[in-house]
Formats: sequence, structure tokens, C-alpha cells
Amino acid sequence: MSGHVSPISLYLTIFMALMVLTGVTVFAAFVDLGQFNFLVAMIIAGFKASLVIWYFMHVKYQSKLTKLTVATGLFFLVILLGLFLVDYGSKALTGMPPLLN
Amino acid sequence: MLDKLKIPERHYLNNGHGLASWLLTKDHKRIAIMYLISISVMFFLGGLFAVGIRLELATPAGDFVSADAYNKFFTAHGVIMVFFFLIPSIPAVLGNFLIPPMIGAKDLAFPRINLLSLYIYWIGGIFTLYAMLSGGVDTGWTFYTPYSATGSNSNVVPVALGVFIAGFSSILTGLNFIVTIHRMRAPGMTWFRLPLFVWAHYATSLVQVLGTPVIAITIVMLGVERGLGFGIFDPARGGDPVLFQHLFWFYSHPAVYIMILPALGVQSELISTFSRKTIFGYSFVAFSSLAIAVFGFIVWAHHMFVAGISTYAAMVFSFLSFSVAIPSAVKVFNWTATLYKGAISFETPMLYAYGFMGLFAIGGLTGLFLATLGMDIHLHDTYFVVAHFHYIMVGGAIMGYMGGLHFWWPKITGRMYSEFFSRIAAILVFVGFNLTFLPQFVVGYLGMPRRYHSYPDEMQVLNVMSSAGASVLGLGYFLPVLYLLWSLKNGEVAGANPWGASGLEWQTQSPPLTENFIEAPVVDHEPYEYEHVVAKEKHLV
Amino acid sequence: MSNAVAHADEHAHAAHHPALQHHFDTMAQQKEAAVVGMWVFLLTEILFFGGLFAAYMVYRIWYFDAFAEASRSLSLFWGGLNTAVLIGSSLTMAMAVRCAQTNKRTATVNWLVLTMVLGTVFLGVKVIEYADKFEHHHVPGYNFQWAAHEAPAAGEHAPAALAASEGAAAAEGHRELSLNADQLQLTTQIYFSLYFTMTGLHALHMIIGIGIMLVITWMAYKGRFDEEYYTPVEMAGLYWHFVDIVWIFLFPLLYLVERHV
Ligand code: HEM
Ligand SMILES: [Cu+2]
Repeated sequence: MSGHVSPISLYLTIFMALMVLTGVTVFAAFVDLGQFNFLVAMIIAGFKASLVIWYFMHVKYQSKLTKLTVATGLFFLVILLGLFLVDYGSKALTGMPPLLN
Repeated sequence: MLDKLKIPERHYLNNGHGLASWLLTKDHKRIAIMYLISISVMFFLGGLFAVGIRLELATPAGDFVSADAYNKFFTAHGVIMVFFFLIPSIPAVLGNFLIPPMIGAKDLAFPRINLLSLYIYWIGGIFTLYAMLSGGVDTGWTFYTPYSATGSNSNVVPVALGVFIAGFSSILTGLNFIVTIHRMRAPGMTWFRLPLFVWAHYATSLVQVLGTPVIAITIVMLGVERGLGFGIFDPARGGDPVLFQHLFWFYSHPAVYIMILPALGVQSELISTFSRKTIFGYSFVAFSSLAIAVFGFIVWAHHMFVAGISTYAAMVFSFLSFSVAIPSAVKVFNWTATLYKGAISFETPMLYAYGFMGLFAIGGLTGLFLATLGMDIHLHDTYFVVAHFHYIMVGGAIMGYMGGLHFWWPKITGRMYSEFFSRIAAILVFVGFNLTFLPQFVVGYLGMPRRYHSYPDEMQVLNVMSSAGASVLGLGYFLPVLYLLWSLKNGEVAGANPWGASGLEWQTQSPPLTENFIEAPVVDHEPYEYEHVVAKEKHLV
Repeated sequence: MSNAVAHADEHAHAAHHPALQHHFDTMAQQKEAAVVGMWVFLLTEILFFGGLFAAYMVYRIWYFDAFAEASRSLSLFWGGLNTAVLIGSSLTMAMAVRCAQTNKRTATVNWLVLTMVLGTVFLGVKVIEYADKFEHHHVPGYNFQWAAHEAPAAGEHAPAALAASEGAAAAEGHRELSLNADQLQLTTQIYFSLYFTMTGLHALHMIIGIGIMLVITWMAYKGRFDEEYYTPVEMAGLYWHFVDIVWIFLFPLLYLVERHV
């Protein structure tokens, strides 16, 4: 009845992984990857966030409904950012400049 | 002849007396009653501002109030009606009262959070009203930047903060409903046995939970720009005012579905009860609610076709906007099919249901006009838009609310209102509504812009019609206050199931017990099984 | 069917835990409701910060150079340290929940206190950073000043050419600043407006989190929890981890826009 109890070693492993990944993301920022710097940073951050969600927040052991709730949040975040890009991205492509003067 | 019905001895209304028993209650039904009173006050206040608007527009010259005051009038009208009346209306009153009994639960999952949401609503309301009365706001309910960020010197931040606060009340209601519907259903109450009213509220709650935080953060950004001099939306500081519109409509288009979805749910209950038939295509109607909720999030930029979005984005959003019409149309067609060969009767709630169908259809179809790029260039910011959304919000959402209130009034209070006066009121509302808003389509098409306090002389006839209609409409809304209050003491005792409806909420006494049911119900039949109920009635007669 | 229900009912009454509220049948149902409720709340938080991320995205696309410049003025040391501190506090929070699950009262209290200490360290570092911004006039508003020496190589590009020149410069590998001093003054201010809004709201969430934890720690100290009922600790944990996740994104978005030049 008391829910899943994770071993301490798992928590330590996750913690170490998060620290190492923090180091990696700082390191990657100093390497010139052109357009890919941003992508790499976001992938690493996304991976770190997933570790926290999955293990620290116990989503791995929760009901399908909880998993679905998390997925819903991410889905609508993607809709928000994605459709903003439809406008701002296409403006950038068609050379519509920002408002500076 | 049956024995004369009596109000049961024990029920939620007499379980505890005194102010504290109300203000500290955790009973979803009492919280719903307090919401009912609060939003009625707000409806009245919003209505007063509408009277001001229609008085001004009765003559072409701007002679009743100054242009400044007029701006404050329509802003106050919009803010109050949208954020403090329509958004809480059906969910916080009818949904709050009915969802637990409909699914066979004792209460919502989080009764204390439910009470908290009411208090937050009050705080937001008082805040907004105070700011409104001590100077007012003139930005319109949309708070568009850059005017709201740097131009206007009215109480923008306090009012926006009030809306921000009220948003949390809406979020908490939605959160409560979602968890309740998932986790509190009685044994045997499967998803496909849920009343469509509950499905509609589930979809509404999703929108509340997903959309409201975005308006909250938008208001925060507006607040720091205005209050602390940050640069975010102000073009003079390199910002993009269109970004504000994007963020605003990311919430506010879905928000229009917060207002209409619950009404669609009420409509399904009314149509099936008063035609004594199972809803045609139950699962289509159920899923169309979800589809509307999801599609509602991908069409927002149709409010911004002429605001400076890219042509490409305009095409995408125009196309997507058309897709919302599909699930809406599914519902209307299925209701029509439900009526077909039904044993239809014309009690008051059904009159509202009929009104709803036609007005919702007109509102939705004119939405499609507006979603058409070429049309919108002509019609944007004219009275055509005003007419469009009033057909849906007043003709749809408020009709649904009134219909639902009349339908469940005997459940809520245990007594019936006067059938005669209530029919008169329903007819007045329908006639008054059309007289008010039909001319606005025409005058908008002719080019009358919204939000001005004067207009060319040629447009006076249509505007006078509109103002005249508004007074009929006002009468139609005022009449129920009288006969509903009258019914509280003098109404005929209704009994558990005066309409012979099939939902679980009718299986318990009226007014219900605090725990809703004496024994926890177990559901063993499909929804809307009227064959069942009809057979029982025949037996009684 | 109804038999099973009656049975479940009896069972619930027999095991009646003092923390079971009347409208739930079992502790399991109550706990599951709380977990889902909390996640639905976090869902709203995702979209709350989502709105900010959207604004950030738009301006980062438009004013990339200003964002890169301004981002380089942040201290990587403090930012990195804070990231480590916050991840550490997630670990201690996870430990606190674990100890609550296994009914170790003192350990739960200790881990919670340690989490709050780390949270306070984070806020302390934030204060140092904010103070630094005040000193350099990097707080948006009427005193905002992006000093000229911080804006090297101010080109004379016409604003309309901004988007195009940016792309071209990126292709060459070494970018030349596409904004003149005046434009940099405006657009770095947008960066800092977002910086303060984002980190400020994040810090506010942390302060609320610490406040919640104070209450929970007191409850744990009073022995309110056991293996059957430790939901408040778990909820506080979820909230705290979420705040950590937000920072995991804020760190690269704000501190690491373009560090390799
Ligand atoms: C078939 C579905 C719908 C479509 C395609 C649609 C389309 C549109 C479009 C394109 C506009 C912008 C007009 C303009 O400003 O130029 C608009 C405005 C509006 N619509 Fe709808 N609509 C639909 C349903 C609804 C519903 C269900 C509601 C409310 C319950 C609603 C409420 C509004 C409001 C309030 C505005 C005006 C907002 C303002 O500028 O103040 N619409 N609609
Ligand atoms: Cu819309």
C-alpha cells in the first residue's frame, strides 16, 4: 500500500547522471556546433528532465492515467511552441523583419 | 391518484444552519448555490453596463456618455461577462452541483479545493469590481498591447490582476472535475455510461486546465511591462505587440469553448429527456466534445488575420478553424436525429433547448464566414463579429445555462416554478435576443465598427432595433429572478424525478442529501434508457 | 458485482485510517486522486512557463545576437553552482519521500530540512546575481544601460536587413554583430526582461515550495505520517522536482545561449 520504494542506489545513480549531464551541457556550449548548439542543449535538458520525471517523481511506477497526464502537458506545450513557429518561423523565412527601428 | 409529494425531511439545505455552515461548507451542492448567487450578481452588473452601451447607441451622436466613458463601459461589460459570469456559469454552478450525483459520488474529489476556488473567485471579483468602479479600464476585455502596456492610463493592472486571480478559481474547478470524473465514479459507471453532460464537462475542464495558465503568464508579462518598465510587448522597446495577441488568444479562443462546451452538454440532456429517446450516436457526441476541446487549441490566430501575422500562418489557421466546425456540426446533427420520431414535449427547458439549436447554428456558421480570410478583412472589428459571438455566447451558452437551470431547478430546490411564466420568459429571451443581435449582423456587414460611441445616421434604424431588443431581452432575464425566487417557498413540490429523466441524479431525492445517496449506487444499465423510464411511468398511471 | 462492492466497503470500514476522508472508499483511491490531482496541477504549471518559453523563443529568433551578448554577461560559475545545488536538493527531496514511505520519521525530517537549506542556498546565490545586475544597470526599466564597451563591433546594418544578415553571418561561421548600439540597448533589455521574469517566477515557486515544506516538516515531526499515509510529503516532492525541471531548462536557455565565441 505504500507505493513503490526505490533503492537508494538508484537515486544516487540518477543524481550522478544529472550532474554529469550538467557538465556535458556546459562543455557542449563551448564547442562551436553552429545551429546545433541549441538543439544539443535542449536534448540534454530534455533527457535530464525525463530522468527526474521518471525516477525522482516516480512516474515509472504510477498509473497509466498519471503517465497520460504528463504526456498531455508535453503535447500541448508542443502545440503552443509549434504553432507560434508557424507564424514567426514563416515570417523569418519570408524575410519579414522584426520591428526594430 | 398518488399521495401529495412532500419535501424530504433531511436534505443538504437543512443540514446545518447559519452563515458559517455555508461559508465553511465542503458540500459541492452548497458551494454551487453560492456560485449561483455570485454569478447572478455579476450577470446583473455586466447587464447594467450593456444597458449603458445600448442607450448610447440608440442615437448616432455620442451624446449619452463621453467616448472615454463608453470605452470603460464596454470593457467592464466584456470583462465581467466573460471572466466572471460565462466562464464559471455552467461548470461552477450546474457542474459543481450535478457531477457527483451524476456519477454516483458523495462529493468532488477535493471538496476543500472546491471551496477555495469559490473564495478565489470572490477575491478576484472584488478586486476587479473595485478597480472598475474606481476609475475603470478602457482597453476592451482583450487588453491588447501596446495600448494596454504603455498607452492607456486607466486601471489596467488591477483589473488584469483580478482576471489573473479568477483564473486560478477556474483552474481549480477544472482540476477537481478531471480527478473526480476519473477516480470517483460509482461501481458500474463506465466511461460510456456517463451522461453527456459529464463528458462535456470533462472536455471543458481540460481546456480550463491547459489554457488558463497561459493567460495567467500573459497577464504577468503585461504587469511587469506596465508596472516595472520591462520591455516585452512594446514596439518602442523592440517588443512585438502581436506576441501579446498570440498569447492572449492561445487562451481566449479555447476559453470560448469553456463557455460553450458545458452548454452543449446541457443540450444533450435536455434533448434526450424531452424527446424520451436515447441520444443518437452517443459516442460521437461524447468524443466530439473532446475533439472540440483539442481543436480549440489550434485555431487561435483566426482572431489575428489582419493584425500582422504571416500570410502563410493565416492560411494554416484559417484551414484549421474550419476543422472545429466538424465536431460542432456532429452534435447538432445528432440532436436532430435524436428528436426524429421522439415523443417530444415543450416544457420550459426544452424551449431553451430549441432556441439554443438555432442560435448556436447561426453563431457557428457565421464563425466560418469570419474564418474565411477574404471575408475577415472586410468583417474584422465590425459589428458582424459582435453579432457572431453573441449568437454563441448569449444565444448558445446563456440559453444552455437557463435551460439547465430550469431543468435542474426542481432537483436543486425540490420545488417547481411557474410553468406559465417560465415559458413566457423563454419566449421573451428568444425574441429579444434575435431582435438585439440579428440587426448587428447587417449593420456590421454595412461597415459599422465595434467599440465606437457614435455612428453614421443611416445606421440608426438597425441600432434602435438592437436597443429595443435589448430591453425585451433584459425583461426575459429578469422574469426568472421573480418566479424562481417565488418558487422557493410557494412552488409545487417536485419529487425526485419530475421530468421522468434517466440520469442517476434523478434517482435520489430532491433536494438531495448531503452525501447525495442513502446507499452508494451501483449502475447496471446504459445511459438514456428511456424505454425503461417510459414503461415505469405507464405503470404508475 | 454488487457483492464485491459490498465487500470492498466492509474492508474500507475495517481498515479505516484516520486520514481517510469520508467521500473516498479506500486509502488507495484517496492517494491516487491526490497524485493525479497534483499532476494535473503540474500540467498547468507546464503551460504557465510554456507561455514564457514561447516569448523567449520568438525574441531569441529575432534578436539572437543580443541574446548571445547578454547571456555571456551572466556568470557561468553562479549559474552552474545553482544548477548543482538544485539537483542536489532534488536528491535530498527524493530521499525524504523515501524515508516517509518507509516510516522513518527522524530521517524524513532531516532530509526535508536539508532540502530547504539547499533551496535557501539557491535563493541566496540568486540574490548575489541580482545584486550584480543592479550594479551593472542590467535591470530592465528606466535605468537599464547596455554599456557601449559591452557592445563591440556595432555594425551599421539597416534594421530591415537584420534577419537576412544574421543568416549570412551564421553561415560564415564567425558572426559579426548585426545590431548597432541603440538596437543592442533595446534588445538586450528584452533579454533581461525575460531573464528577470523567468528567474523571478522560478524563485517565487521555490519560495512557495520552501513554505510548503516548512509545514510538511512540522507535520512529519509531529508524526502525522506512516507507510499508509504520506501523501503530503509526496506532493511536496512532486512540486519541488518540477521546480527543479524548470531550472534544468532555464540554465541552458539563459546562461548558455552562445558561449563559444
Ligand atoms: C465554428 C466555430 C467558430 C469559428 C470558426 C469562429 C470563428 C471566429 C473568428 C474568425 C473570429 C474573429 C473575427 C474577427 O475578429 O475578425 C471570431 C471571433 C469571436 N468568436 Fe468565434 N468562432 C467559432 C465559434 C465560437 C464560439 C463557440 C464562441 C464562444 C462561445 C466564439 C466566440 C467568439 C468571440 C468572443 C469572438 C470575438 C473576440 C473579440 O475580438 O472580442 N466563437 N470567431
Ligand atoms: Cu476564436
